[in-house]
Amino acid sequence: MIDSSVENSQQKKITMKVLVRKHPLAIRWFHWINFPVLMTMIWSGMLIYWANDVYHIGRFKLFPESVYTRFHIASRLSEGIGWHFLFMWFFAINGILYVLYTAISGEWRYLLPGKASIKEAFQVVLHDLHLSKNHPPRRKFNGAQQIAYTSIVVMGAGSLLTGLAIYKSVQFGWITALVGGYETARFIHFWLTIGYCAFFLIHVGQVVKTGWNNFRAMITGYEIVDVGEAGS
Amino acid sequence: MSETNDEPKNIEEAAIELVSNASVSADVQKSVLPASAIIAGTTPERVDSQPENVDQEMRRLSRRSFMWAGVTLATGFGAWKWINARPQIDGIGAPFRRVMEFNEKLTRSYFSPARLAATFPVSLAREPVLTGEFGMIDAASDPRDWSLTVEGVQGKDEPISLTMADIKALPPFEMVTEHKCVEGWSRVVHWTGVRFADFAAKYPPAAVKGAPPGYVGMATADEAYYVGLDMASAMHPQTLLCYEMNGEPLTAQHGAPLRLAIPLKYGIKCIKWIGTIRYADTKPADYWAERGYDWYAGF
Repeated sequence: MIDSSVENSQQKKITMKVLVRKHPLAIRWFHWINFPVLMTMIWSGMLIYWANDVYHIGRFKLFPESVYTRFHIASRLSEGIGWHFLFMWFFAINGILYVLYTAISGEWRYLLPGKASIKEAFQVVLHDLHLSKNHPPRRKFNGAQQIAYTSIVVMGAGSLLTGLAIYKSVQFGWITALVGGYETARFIHFWLTIGYCAFFLIHVGQVVKTGWNNFRAMITGYEIVDVGEAGS
Repeated sequence: MSETNDEPKNIEEAAIELVSNASVSADVQKSVLPASAIIAGTTPERVDSQPENVDQEMRRLSRRSFMWAGVTLATGFGAWKWINARPQIDGIGAPFRRVMEFNEKLTRSYFSPARLAATFPVSLAREPVLTGEFGMIDAASDPRDWSLTVEGVQGKDEPISLTMADIKALPPFEMVTEHKCVEGWSRVVHWTGVRFADFAAKYPPAAVKGAPPGYVGMATADEAYYVGLDMASAMHPQTLLCYEMNGEPLTAQHGAPLRLAIPLKYGIKCIKWIGTIRYADTKPADYWAERGYDWYAGF
């Protein structure tokens, strides 16, 4: 919709709404397929982890018995394995197609961090924490997003590799050796999962904070952008 | 980490973004925008065509996209309901059992006896965790009374019976490998025994229907616990019939007098107190595979 200010083309200020294509259809599908698939992998991973829950943060055991009771996690190892080794296929295929798509379509240009990304990411964090008034540069994805969205892909690759290192530690023994052995593979595999949970919380928080127009773009592909401040 | 631009932006930037997003869907392109809407100061080809009414067009796009989202959600929910409603096959839903079998087929087609499980220095060897109660000789039975029954041996119509002396007559073999439990833990263990391949060379399986049998089953002396192995895994150079663990004769708790050590598989296959070995041409019964676990259980 064009604001009335547009009617007078002589006017210095023009404000208008434009539809901007933001997320390609393929990426929207990859994103929304990945969500329940990764959830299923994390959930079935919990059912597996219960059987030998060895990891701690300091003196705190992950997870307390009450968590297992509350979410009915106990004694469901075979069920967890069943889901995990079915959904691993969806997770791997969807992830590989996503990486191929971003590589071939050129979409990687928006996603890959550049030289300025780290500095920019600090600006974004300071801005988001209300410690700085400097608004981060306006691009499709800012430095913090580029780092986060690229990291999550690297983490996904890490989960696949460490997963394979655990699952087929003899036939793919070279991968097991590469990631530092069976126990290390298991350790990394577990902590990457905790990483996804942390990413998820921050990601959802940011999406809620940014608002509906942005969220809707991940469904429709388009965002409504106000264009202004231009002279004729 | 702001997810997007939520304030008005510079027109030049907007134009560049529009151009970079040049492939607007056919639906949007259909509604060509009037000449008056062409953004001033930019050449026509740098500006994307815009619908006449942005809000109306967004509503249309949203309707369509959210309808797809709904259909996808319903399909996913339906698939989840379906998967949980499937009958069980040996303690696990049929789809999971089928996928386990598919994964097994892939692994077995990729399998090579040349790929070995990692080995470790003896100094790292520890005692494996004790789990379950199977294959521990009960107090009443004396290991000296033990004998091993082998069924399906070439040239023998009846099962043969072997003593520990027969086993120890085969060339001894030692290895220090990782014992991995399906629960998740692993321990480096020093095993001493004889290779199953050497055992099978001395007591070869009889052909079944003109072909060598593809499987071997093993059971504890009381038949309470039993495992099935594919022949390729059984014949692997690191598959041992063990009588010593960490340099000591096996204790009752660790499966005296003879147990299996197969680093190619999860610990659930490392049967203790072996009483019977059966060559077979079909998948032998497997205790944990009957209780929802993967029959192959191989790395």
